[in-house]
Amino acid sequence: MNSSEYSPATPSSFWNDTGSSGITAWIFSTDHKRIGLLYFWSVLSFFLVAVVLGLLLRIELMAPGRTIMGPETYNALFTVHGAIMVFLFIIPGFPGAFGNLVMPIQIGARDVSFPRLNLFSWWLYMIGAAVIITALFTGGGAPDTGWTFYVPFSARSGTNVSLAVFGVFIVGFSSIVTGVNFVTTIHRLRAPGMSWDRLPLFVWSLYATAWVQILATPILGITLLLIIAERVLGVGLFDPVKGGDPVMYQHLFWIYSHPAVYIMILPAMGVISEIIPVFSRKPVFGYKMIAFSSIAIAAAGSLVWGHHMFTSGISDRAILIFSFLTFVVAIPSAIKVFNWVSTLYRGSISLEAPMLYALSFIILFSIGGLTGLILGAAATDIHVHDTHFVVGHFHYVIFGGSGFALFGAMHYWLPKFYGRRYAEKPAVVAWGLMFVGFNITYFTMMVLGMKGMPRRYYDYLPEFAPLNLVATVGSWILAVGLVLMLVNLIRGLRGGEPVGDNPWGGATLEWTVPSPPPTENFPEEPVVTHGPYDFSKSGMP
Amino acid sequence: MDPNLITSTQAAVDPVFMFIFGACLLLLVGITAVMVWFVIRYHRSRAPAPTSCCEGNVWLEIAWTLLPTLLVLAMFYYGWAGYLALRNVPKGAMEVTATARMWSWNFTYTNGKSSSKLYVPAGKPVKVNLVATDVLHGFYLPAFRVKRDLVPGMTNYAWFIATKPGSYDLFCSQYCGTGHSAMITTVEALPPAEFLAWLNHREGGEHRGKELLEKHGCLGCHSLDGSAKIGPTFKGIYRSSVRFMAAGKPMTATVDDAYLTESIVKPSAKIVEGFPAIMPTYPDLTVEEVKVMVEFIEGLK
Repeated sequence: MNSSEYSPATPSSFWNDTGSSGITAWIFSTDHKRIGLLYFWSVLSFFLVAVVLGLLLRIELMAPGRTIMGPETYNALFTVHGAIMVFLFIIPGFPGAFGNLVMPIQIGARDVSFPRLNLFSWWLYMIGAAVIITALFTGGGAPDTGWTFYVPFSARSGTNVSLAVFGVFIVGFSSIVTGVNFVTTIHRLRAPGMSWDRLPLFVWSLYATAWVQILATPILGITLLLIIAERVLGVGLFDPVKGGDPVMYQHLFWIYSHPAVYIMILPAMGVISEIIPVFSRKPVFGYKMIAFSSIAIAAAGSLVWGHHMFTSGISDRAILIFSFLTFVVAIPSAIKVFNWVSTLYRGSISLEAPMLYALSFIILFSIGGLTGLILGAAATDIHVHDTHFVVGHFHYVIFGGSGFALFGAMHYWLPKFYGRRYAEKPAVVAWGLMFVGFNITYFTMMVLGMKGMPRRYYDYLPEFAPLNLVATVGSWILAVGLVLMLVNLIRGLRGGEPVGDNPWGGATLEWTVPSPPPTENFPEEPVVTHGPYDFSKSGMP
Repeated sequence: MDPNLITSTQAAVDPVFMFIFGACLLLLVGITAVMVWFVIRYHRSRAPAPTSCCEGNVWLEIAWTLLPTLLVLAMFYYGWAGYLALRNVPKGAMEVTATARMWSWNFTYTNGKSSSKLYVPAGKPVKVNLVATDVLHGFYLPAFRVKRDLVPGMTNYAWFIATKPGSYDLFCSQYCGTGHSAMITTVEALPPAEFLAWLNHREGGEHRGKELLEKHGCLGCHSLDGSAKIGPTFKGIYRSSVRFMAAGKPMTATVDDAYLTESIVKPSAKIVEGFPAIMPTYPDLTVEEVKVMVEFIEGLK
């Protein structure tokens, strides 16, 4: 198929086939690609807001004492930074944006099973986000509880906790709706020949993620409603003065919020499992083990929430069990890493931007995962719990892991939907800056944590000053790289070099359709005759 | 691990750190080195086409499932054994009760003496009973690798030995609001004889007002020496002129008995300009106690 017929200007592309025009053609569209792009630009906007907050936090911590803000502002900023990054960026980021864009095409479907429900999910997300933003500027102001909303503090705080928590509650429903939609779509709408063992690994990872979204998110919803009941009605579930138990809240919160980490990282692993074989021109090593390990992580990951609570006063027996289960989750993660590295062996490797992000994902995710072992072992967790070590570890997994995978996905898949691509050289420079800045910032934080600096500290003792300065300077390098990456990417998507159907030589179905794809993806239902990484049959040299 | 062989909490935890960090470093260097080598060796400039279409290997999968399993089980066991050492308090440990409130520490000894710093005898195990009066706090001694949350309505404990005399940081590790990062004090480990002298020294000359201020945690936010903390310093505040907002209008007042009493009983009434309105109320203070505290503050010139 000649791709030049399908530039964004040609009528067959999903960009300009609709009767109505302007914003309503987007915000009321039920096309999975349009919804995917709506999600993408929404989550990216919230990401940039939270990045600015993060940079401000680092500037405040640049030197001991007051630098640019007072303690109340600092406490509100780290709460809002965390809440936006977790609930408005990275949880909806993969399923909402790239899941919607890519998954239906990868399984050979015209759309998801419930296109209207899909649109509703984006609307719920935006309404929830609007409620959260309203909460920042009304009532008692932005919440200052930390994104974990621990009681009794969150039940007492005079800030606008109830409204913010209600916003998160609504966003949670958007996540559940997406999960239901994806599970149904993957079960029901696979093209003929798309058997479970030919499913691209990104789809496998979304499938595992969708189950976590469906099963775990309702518990978050209930927990958040209980906080509101505690604050508004004074029911005393968590307040010891009224016979309640603050530790029970922590259980309820982490029963969702630990599996939520897998909502953030599993699809990222799926992206890496797509990029590495394509840029090595070689079938992925251990397809079945990678697919199986996604399910294993989702299942075992639902049983490890207690490792957030080793210092909370839960019983020693509970710590024994949760520590053991935490180590069990490490095994499928290790299996994935070994399989990715083995895929490179005797391949033909090309180091373009998506591959650089994928390879750096392996290093950063490994550091995040391995430092997780320190946190899983009961004795060592006690020392670094609630310190900057945890902050560093978490950012290695979620920023170095999920974030870098998302950047990789942006370079890998967005050209498919815009029909144009970014410039390669600036993309590589931006990646290099981010990789260096990232490690300076977050590795330093882990060292600070080992030295005993607690997290959520507005001020600190002079002994922690030099390393805090280093971490702040690192955050600036990271920010410069991020800006360069986005400018280059957006310029490329608007006016860059046009791309053909299959710029990277992929063997999954999205590379068989034009860039950008037509509205219903395939002129006629495709029949799948080979696996997702069978490059010998994908028509590439 | 036999608890009798444990000489200190840090001696129980540090080998676990060494073991896990060592294993992690080996794995990370190994993975990175192999990856970089593959990327260089099989770069498209050297390998224009793949030379293998291998889709997997059962024996390799078994190997890299079993080996990490054994390794993490070892880490789990070692971590658990070290943790038990943190929980098993040696016989004959001295007991102290730590009371945390927003945002100060108070330590009470069995003879009734109390202090805002944790004085302990060097070389002797100390068991700290952990009590919180308002929200969650965290009792964290980095030097001894000890941490435990203080949960309202629940008594937790921790133990440690300061093997050498000295001063060690004590942090609040569980986020507790505006003054969280200021909620720090120290462990003062004294030679045993010196510690006994301190413990049994009754500060006869000490004003009862100061004891009360210390006991209720006032000094966590208000200094006695003029230094800046979250609240105004008490030094020289008596007879000074303060600005505050009342009914939306800026007002000025001279600090007198009535102002100080109102500020203790009803803290939100007249908040001194430039300070946050965050002081909690203390419903269990008696009228007489407030009077003694006010007297003491008035004496701080």
